[in-house]
Amino acid sequence: MARLTAENVELATEIIGHFPRPKSALIPLLHLAQEQDGHLTDDAMVHIADLVDVTPAEVLGTASFYEMFKMEPVGRYMVNICTNISCQLRGGEELLEHAENTLGIRPGQTTADGLFTIEDVECIAACTEAPCLQVNYRYFHKITNNEFDELISELRSGARSDIPAHGTLAQVRQHIPADRQAGSVVPENTEVPVWLSVSEDGNA
Amino acid sequence: MPESEAPPIDGVSVEINGHEVIARKGELLIDAAERAGTYIPRFCYHERMKPVGMCRMCLVEVDTGRGPALQPSCMIECTPGMKVDTESEITKKAQDGVLEFLLVNHPLDCPVCDKGGECPLQDQTMAFGPGESRFVEEKRHKEKPIPISDLVLLDRERCILCDRCTRFAKEVAGDPLIHFINRGNDTEINTFPDEPFSSYFSGNTVQICPVGALTASSYRFKARPWDLDTTESTCQMCSVGCRISIDSSRDEVQRFAGVDIDPVNWGWLCDKGRFSSEAVNADGRLSEPLLREGDSLIPARWSDAIRRVSDALAKASSPQAIGIIGGARLTNEDNYAWAKLAKGVLGTDNVDAQLGDGLPAEVVLGLPAATIDEVCAPGGTVLLLAPDVKEELPVLFLRLRHAAVSDRVTLIEISPRTTGITSLAKASVQPRPGEVGELVRALVARSNTDRDIAGIAAEEINAIRALLSAANGPLKVVLGRASVAESADAVVDAAAAVIEARPDTRFLPVLRRANVRGALDMGMAPGVLPGRVALEDAREWYESRWAKVPASRGLDTEGILRAAADGRIDVLVLLGADPLSDFPDQDLAARALTGARTVVSIDTILNASSRRADVVLAAAGFAEKAGTTTNVEGRVNTVSQRVTPPGTARADWMLATEIASRLGVEFGFSSPQDILDEIGSITPAYLGLSIEALAASPDGIVLPLDLPVDELVDEIIEEIIKDVAAEIETETGEPVDEFIDVLAMTDDDGFVAGSTPRLVSFVADAPLPVPPLDSYAFRLIATRKLYDQGTIVQSATSLAPLAPGTSLLVNPWDLDRLGVAESGRVTVRSSRSSLTLSVTSDPGVPRGAAALVVSQADVRVGELIDVGDPVTEIRIETA
Ligand code: SF4
Ligand code: SF4
Ligand code: FES
Ligand code: FES
Repeated sequence: MARLTAENVELATEIIGHFPRPKSALIPLLHLAQEQDGHLTDDAMVHIADLVDVTPAEVLGTASFYEMFKMEPVGRYMVNICTNISCQLRGGEELLEHAENTLGIRPGQTTADGLFTIEDVECIAACTEAPCLQVNYRYFHKITNNEFDELISELRSGARSDIPAHGTLAQVRQHIPADRQAGSVVPENTEVPVWLSVSEDGNA
Repeated sequence: MPESEAPPIDGVSVEINGHEVIARKGELLIDAAERAGTYIPRFCYHERMKPVGMCRMCLVEVDTGRGPALQPSCMIECTPGMKVDTESEITKKAQDGVLEFLLVNHPLDCPVCDKGGECPLQDQTMAFGPGESRFVEEKRHKEKPIPISDLVLLDRERCILCDRCTRFAKEVAGDPLIHFINRGNDTEINTFPDEPFSSYFSGNTVQICPVGALTASSYRFKARPWDLDTTESTCQMCSVGCRISIDSSRDEVQRFAGVDIDPVNWGWLCDKGRFSSEAVNADGRLSEPLLREGDSLIPARWSDAIRRVSDALAKASSPQAIGIIGGARLTNEDNYAWAKLAKGVLGTDNVDAQLGDGLPAEVVLGLPAATIDEVCAPGGTVLLLAPDVKEELPVLFLRLRHAAVSDRVTLIEISPRTTGITSLAKASVQPRPGEVGELVRALVARSNTDRDIAGIAAEEINAIRALLSAANGPLKVVLGRASVAESADAVVDAAAAVIEARPDTRFLPVLRRANVRGALDMGMAPGVLPGRVALEDAREWYESRWAKVPASRGLDTEGILRAAADGRIDVLVLLGADPLSDFPDQDLAARALTGARTVVSIDTILNASSRRADVVLAAAGFAEKAGTTTNVEGRVNTVSQRVTPPGTARADWMLATEIASRLGVEFGFSSPQDILDEIGSITPAYLGLSIEALAASPDGIVLPLDLPVDELVDEIIEEIIKDVAAEIETETGEPVDEFIDVLAMTDDDGFVAGSTPRLVSFVADAPLPVPPLDSYAFRLIATRKLYDQGTIVQSATSLAPLAPGTSLLVNPWDLDRLGVAESGRVTVRSSRSSLTLSVTSDPGVPRGAAALVVSQADVRVGELIDVGDPVTEIRIETA
């Protein structure tokens, strides 16, 4: 668990190929690394730097800007409980307290079995469904304490195969066939941007 | 930016605080205002970097016809009719607010901060900020300071996130090893864990940081700005000639900082130049002369030491039995005095400022010259036939980098191995050592080639040929000695090929050491006399001005050392030279020191060669004497004295003058100024140069002058006088005529009569034939690194540990072929000697070659090299 695996390097190469400049693939590759290890290891960042031809400092600079990239190991399930205004009015803070008591950890901490990390988060744009939470960025709406306990026990027992381990954004990976790619041409090097020329051809 | 101050033809008229200002087209408001005398406060904006609008300190009220609004003046270009108010209530409120905001988390530790007293945050808070803080909460706390490299420390609490250091690292140096990390209130500057900011240019970030967040380990807590005395000078750690300021306190040098001159360094310095400040007061500085007694060097009186030298010189069996090596450490005045002593008094032409690791003087002086600005002119094509400029002439690298990245300059590199500039080059090839001449001939040929040359495939050659023929305007060549393991012939041959095929080509010859160019200009090479003239052409000229002139062309360093080794040299003078460490062929250097009857070393610190000398004279070093220096371009600028030399150490020109006097010839020099006067009035390329002219041109003066300097000075004086006269006239209402008479008086300090000899021109000798390829042998490449075992680097405590050492670098393909494991031990054998060291695979080394770095600890590369051979062939065996 460190650098990208051979299989992921292959994926990485494919992803890099979607962009005119390798550097543009940085964030997708960070997701790939996080999917592999659950968080971003230093080695993975160095590896990515190599792959997209920037320095590790630049990779860290970009990665650390985003909350969703974790620099430290987190639980298999990242439980984000919203305590922003709408959820707060509808019991978000109580839900968080309940979660803390149930799991025996404070926000930012991970359970000893490595399964759960809780975070209290700002509005996650589901105010009409308050109070709400996310597990690995999958939404759960209008959650009661009981429903929370049920969710946790389902996750514990492995009954929720719909929720992948932390870091997986999508369970189906999209592969863009070569004939549908915009082409990896640096904009400065083309007179007509590729996407325009492609659509022109399409219209003709 | 210090360009011409005259308003441009197609200027843009804007109104700043009620006054009309003509801005240049595309000029940023902040610059236009500053040129017009209105300083807008700023933190993030730096005139040598792209604006980013990070700090908002430069907000001013701007009205472009839609009513006044606050705009960051570093981000907007002047547009016609723009009305700007930098002093309105709203502007002031904005400045006040920005400062209060910046101070929210800024610790109030000015009393213990290095920047205190010269801190833009401190100054601007005083000038534009609130008197009191309303912030009562806890400030941000971080561990402080943390080292981000061996030379630079970071205090994240003080950082105001202006993005100057990070922009410098990425945009200017191309080393983005520091970056903003995290977000919002947690944002900080940092490196990647365990990957330090080890850029050759890291010290610049300390200089441009607008607060005390970045400090230099060499200067921390050393002095306070108000205790410092400052003088401008020119860096002497290499021959780029960056302009610097020397700060001293209590007669001790404390630090160097970059000064912005447009044609050279743009305010930047490399770390070697910047932190060489530590070497000035180094332990081990010689403070008195030493005389050999048996096995030891014993302190002596100056009169005895000088007598030893003058007696030895007087007793030399013939002028040809005297050899003088060195001059790069010296000022032009020192060099002139020594050249005059050697050639004009002793009559020997065995004088050489280079140590067999450069180019012949005729090549350097004779090729049509290009300045750095000309080489970097937008849209041009530059052929690099040079050593790794990043390692040897770092700030020239910055200029070339800027040219390639921002000014569409096409770089084409022909180098023995890949270098720090390879990734910026449009094309880069690594021909086999010794065969670059033939390759370049094909590159500038009229038609394509159909065969591979020097190991480079025909298609590749033709592709580069196409690039070269597509060049816009004359080609520029950066020319130098990339590897000391092959003779200079091949690269000289390459230069000859280029100039033959494209006579309008201009050259920037890049010799490495400090004032080596000035030494050559002052005649410190065989076959030339001061002022870039050949001995034969200028014989008559100097016979009427000096006591004598050498009878015939003398020996270069290699020749002098050979003669000494054969016992034909009675006195060998080392002027700041250390052939034992620096001459490519160490066996020859050692035999020479043994063979010479009397060895005199004049230096600032004892080195390997001076330890073996009979007489050691203590010389005043950098910052301890005034004079002039000449950089790679042939640009003369001043070096200044800021502190007293240690003990009784004396400037080199004084020693030459005194020795001459003992030998019965009075030079009449009592100051460097006297010597400069003589240089400016008799040495052909320097005619007209004077201290006044230098004072009037802070950018230095490229010689020879198109316009005689006297006229230039007269023009400047005329301008000044006219201004003064006009002022007096407007005040008194009466015409002022006397001034015109003053003008007339300055007119006659004229030129020397007689026809000046013509300057040296380039002629190439046919190169020695290179031996046929031997598939068992490797050809050696010997290059340099910025930090090495040189005495100055080693006496600067911060720099000394940075010398990286060397292993044998071999292409992975060859490593495989040899069956040697990475980091395995190998024995390298040349016709001379053998070395055992570890091997590293390096795809930047071409197949069939092997590379070593010279002047690194433990590996004495010079033992392998025989300077008589055009290339150094080695065999590699597992040890
Ligand atoms: S360290 Fe200095 S230069 Fe760098 S961002 Fe902070 S304040 Fe600016
Ligand atoms: S590039 Fe050369 S002249 Fe400039 S600072 Fe560095 S050593 Fe000094
Ligand atoms: S406040 Fe909780 S989702 Fe908007
Ligand atoms: S100087 Fe203009 S925003 Fe910083």
